[in-house]
Amino acid sequence: MIWLNAVVQGLLLGGLYAIFACGLSLMFGVMRLVNLAHGDIGVLAAYFSIILIEHLGGNPLWTFAAVVPVAALVGYFLQRFLFDRALDGGELSPLLVTFGLSIVIENLLQQTFGANDQSLNIGALSYQSWKIATDVYVGRLNVIIFVIAVIVIVGLQLFLSKTRTGLALRATADNRRAASLSGINPKRTRSIATAIALATVAIGGLFLAMRTSFAPTSGSSDLLFAFEAVIIGGLGNLWGTLIGGIALGIAQTVGSQINAADGILIGDLVFLAILAFRPQGLVGLKSEVAR
Amino acid sequence: MTHLRLDRVTAYYGHLQALQELSLEVDQGEILAVIGANGAGKSTLLSLISGEQAPREGRVFFDDIDITSLAPHQRVRKGIALVPEGRHLFGTLSVEDNLRSGASTRRRGTWDLDAVYELFPFIAARRKHRAAVLSGGEQQAVAIGRALMSNPSLLLLDEVSLGLAPVIIRDLYAALQRITAEGTTLLVVEQNITEALAAANYAICLLEGRVVLEGKPDTLSQRAISQAYFGHDLGPSSKAAS
Amino acid sequence: MSEITNSPLDVAPLVTRGSKGSRLGLGTVIVVAVLLAFAPAITGDATTNDLTQFFILLIMAVGWNLVAGYGGMISIGQQAFIGFASYAVLDLSLHGVLAWYGVPIAIVLSGLVSIPVSFLAFRLRGGYFAIGTWVIAQVFQLVIGQQSNLGGGAGASLNDLNNLSPITRDDITYWFALALCVLALGVTGFLLRSRIGMALVAVRDDEHSAAATGVSVVRTKRFIFILSAAICGGAGALLIISNLEVQPNSSFAIQYSAFMIFMVLVGGIGSFEGPIIGAVIFFILEQTLDNYGVWYLVILGAFAIIVTLWLPRGIWGAIDPRHRRSLVPLRYELHVDEG
Repeated sequence: MIWLNAVVQGLLLGGLYAIFACGLSLMFGVMRLVNLAHGDIGVLAAYFSIILIEHLGGNPLWTFAAVVPVAALVGYFLQRFLFDRALDGGELSPLLVTFGLSIVIENLLQQTFGANDQSLNIGALSYQSWKIATDVYVGRLNVIIFVIAVIVIVGLQLFLSKTRTGLALRATADNRRAASLSGINPKRTRSIATAIALATVAIGGLFLAMRTSFAPTSGSSDLLFAFEAVIIGGLGNLWGTLIGGIALGIAQTVGSQINAADGILIGDLVFLAILAFRPQGLVGLKSEVAR
Repeated sequence: MTHLRLDRVTAYYGHLQALQELSLEVDQGEILAVIGANGAGKSTLLSLISGEQAPREGRVFFDDIDITSLAPHQRVRKGIALVPEGRHLFGTLSVEDNLRSGASTRRRGTWDLDAVYELFPFIAARRKHRAAVLSGGEQQAVAIGRALMSNPSLLLLDEVSLGLAPVIIRDLYAALQRITAEGTTLLVVEQNITEALAAANYAICLLEGRVVLEGKPDTLSQRAISQAYFGHDLGPSSKAAS
Repeated sequence: MSEITNSPLDVAPLVTRGSKGSRLGLGTVIVVAVLLAFAPAITGDATTNDLTQFFILLIMAVGWNLVAGYGGMISIGQQAFIGFASYAVLDLSLHGVLAWYGVPIAIVLSGLVSIPVSFLAFRLRGGYFAIGTWVIAQVFQLVIGQQSNLGGGAGASLNDLNNLSPITRDDITYWFALALCVLALGVTGFLLRSRIGMALVAVRDDEHSAAATGVSVVRTKRFIFILSAAICGGAGALLIISNLEVQPNSSFAIQYSAFMIFMVLVGGIGSFEGPIIGAVIFFILEQTLDNYGVWYLVILGAFAIIVTLWLPRGIWGAIDPRHRRSLVPLRYELHVDEG
């Protein structure tokens, strides 16, 4: 039963990783930009929520309504004023700029809030659980996070396949030149992609902060998990990202079951094994990795 | 009325001068054929009109508005659409999504999905397929259809017939006649001189970035064209061959 | 180009390696290195230690410049090799190998361990390569952090050199650092002059064209990756013999990547001189901003962004915008004798 429990907990954790991963994947798809500050922005969102609760009070759940739109707006302008410029500078520039941004965010947070662990207190929801089998309990919050993760992925998928803007994003991801020749505004498209990415990573950041404690430097590990989920699942495929997140989550919880300190390491090893033996990912069709 | 006007444009391809103080006027409803050998500056000329490249010197006017500094997508909004050489379809998207993406400017006009499917009935059957799996001729039809979806008043075509079978080329050119019947101005860049000249009502020949020959196609002699095309007289033997 | 075509055929252009200035520069570098070797005898122990730290930084910068500036691979996982080498020296000393001998062995081991790493990391490109190397560094940290004989998560001390007086120890460490620094710079310079160096520049500038002209892109990149790992390993080995302790979180710190990137960017990525300039500036900043704690890292990050966007070829690029000058004789120079 402890193994079943580990798998169930891992599955639920995987939803959170998928939320973190889908924005990373979207930005890479649309503009070949890997945002190394992706995880840090999620953590920044969590601190933003803490400030709001400190000043306005209430249950942190309401702060989604404030933090997520702000994140989207920040994403839109971050793309306009920083990332677009970095993309003009060649292949290396976006990496160096986003790495610089990551360092700035992490250390500003450390300066402002100190290095201590924090968490978002959501009251009873954090410990209520459902019993689904003997000795297998699932936290209500974890189930909610998983359900919202699936909703985010499905919603994003529908947005991409059904709307004009979604079409513009897919077209830009496929062929940038042809997209602009078809009248698609490349700047606007890139900004929208980043806005979505930051909105989703803000959702992930808030959930992470409700689920567990976090610190200014948590963003790095969030980035690594998101990245592992993307590669495990297979590039350019949102369902793959969800599957990849779940696979990573299960690897980590089962790993922790084997040895409490081994969770992250087992997750990393699953990632490396995928890289070595199935580089197209679990769901991916493309034979080529990360071009 | 002058629809498109290039005023003494100079442009470079890398470090090489591709166009030298070239001026050009295209009237509304005209079909202009631009011919010339490889490296004569044809593609550079198109990229100046589509906005993918800015001229080093000179201006580009569209309906007497200076569009020199507009980006490609802004020019599509104004009514200039390019069918690029090599088609550049969205390979991972369905045929229908490819066509739809052409309509992102929401310009009004006669062209919509139904009209494009009517023009190219053979792609209607494949609307759900990914564009990458289509044959060359089908892909070219989708590329033209995608450009039409933006309801352009000026349609630029770069090497439409490249790599296609003669029977397909004939179909595509027949479709072009129907497009111009809707009042669209056409600028056709071709190495396939025969088709281009047959379709056009005016032709210019580029050589080393300059216009070396121009006129109505039926007034241009074979000899003049080959001289302009290759930059020298090929002599009587090649004349006999043609 | 035009000079060659314009010159009459009977006047052959003279091709030399380096200009007068750059050969003078090389001479200066050698003289400076020799003078620095006597520094411990002249300066105090504190200065000696500062210089050791500077050499370690410079070695790191040279290693990262090699992999990123010449190899075109943005790695943010070079701390894997820094930490690995530190721990290799420790492990060797626990098995009876004196730390001084452990240093060269650790460097070789760092190069060797980077071979399997390269096979995994090279499956990824561009941005995903960057994060991939980061993950691999994390794996190194997690695995080594669990070895209880190496102190586990708490770390361990190197007790090997305790019988030496601190000053003697520091002086020997200093000479090690100076020697490795000269070696790293020398190997890089030698490499850039060699066929591989030319292949490297070709690969960096255009992978596809380089492949078309017969350069084995993957082999060249792998060679660079291994060499860079060995150089970073050198920095790691020096870190443990100067600090005398290791701890997983600090030995594998992502900060090392931040430092390396900062130094190389500011100095001038993809130039021989860039890392030297960058290391000097970083070292001065580190000394002056030491009291500002976290702010210092904020400034570092902001600087990295600003330099990338507005001064993409760094300070050396601003000094030498047309790639004309060179501190040491690295490139071919063409002299057309008009008379």
